[in-house]
Amino acid sequence: MIYLDLLLGFLRVGCFAFGGAYGAIPLIRDVVLSYGWLTDEQLTYMIAVSESTPGPIMVNLATYVGSSQAGFWGAVLATSAVVLPSFIIILLLMIVLKNIIKNKYVQAVLRGLKPCIIGIIMATGIFMIVNNVMNIRAENGFELKALILTVVLAAVMFLPKPILKKKVSPIILIVISAVLGIMVYGIG
Amino acid sequence: MPLLIQLFLTFAKIGLFTFGGGYAMISMIENNCVEKKKWITHDDMMNVTVIAESTPGPIAINCATFVGCKQAGFIGALVATLGMVLPSFVIIYLISIFLDNFLEIVWIANAFKGIKIAVGILILDAGITMIQKMQKKPLPRAIMLCACAAMLVINVFSLKFSSIALMLIAGVISLIIFMAKDAPAQKGGHKA
Repeated sequence: MIYLDLLLGFLRVGCFAFGGAYGAIPLIRDVVLSYGWLTDEQLTYMIAVSESTPGPIMVNLATYVGSSQAGFWGAVLATSAVVLPSFIIILLLMIVLKNIIKNKYVQAVLRGLKPCIIGIIMATGIFMIVNNVMNIRAENGFELKALILTVVLAAVMFLPKPILKKKVSPIILIVISAVLGIMVYGIG
Repeated sequence: MPLLIQLFLTFAKIGLFTFGGGYAMISMIENNCVEKKKWITHDDMMNVTVIAESTPGPIAINCATFVGCKQAGFIGALVATLGMVLPSFVIIYLISIFLDNFLEIVWIANAFKGIKIAVGILILDAGITMIQKMQKKPLPRAIMLCACAAMLVINVFSLKFSSIALMLIAGVISLIIFMAKDAPAQKGGHKA
């Protein structure tokens, strides 16, 4: 039965998808292909759609697959299934966490984890910015429009802080970037 | 405005403007939940990020559940998570019904090219904010730099080495250093 399959398949994704959507793509591919819901090509297309629409990529993918397989309720079921495990895990952790987090050994581990994740986030940001301009993996070179957009958007994000003592909201940056994208890439 | 409605609307807003996965959302959460609403502290934010990264599931969902639960218990968690999911659910559902060729619509594709660049900058901004608030000591700095260098290498060469493994290594190193410092101190304490 398709509803049960959707539920079980996306529960599996929700339970075992560590490290964000990109880390989870092999698992998602495995689930989606093994049930025969999508072909490899369709999956690649859907990942691209999930990336270019707002919201968590994994949730978008679940909604898309659920809807394409079993309509509205399929979408509801698949989305709930992918969300439920992390929802429950965080609730449980928060009950236990209050006491555990004060433990000096746990504190010691956290003191290592925090700077590590800062490093990972910095690296991800730097890589994305450079990759947008240079296309590191594809080797088809340098994009001038992307460089101009990067400089303009970075100025919008980072300049008001020291001058006006006020930060630009991330939402405003996203809106500006979309408008600039339409203008700059639309001109030809 | 009642707290539950605020939770729902704030996370719906975050859900609507989060592109490109969890790291870009950290900037949104920092801006909305730490600076504007003061629902959580920056330190809470760091803890959620670590927890979200080391537990399965979308980072966005982990964060929404955490903040919601902290503010208003189980119902709060439910409302915040629902708020986070609903905008993308509606958008994707409509796309899956009405638009077979979503990515071929030129202005949407162009808008997304711009958004992709903003996402990189938002992630960098989240990282910089975290560095500014990090403990100014040699060990965290060293771990941060090593993790950053390692992750860059992993990204550039598309290596199959997950960020979880990096975090595991950092956690173990930090624990060993702490125990090495702690053990002689305790012995000394007993003798005195």
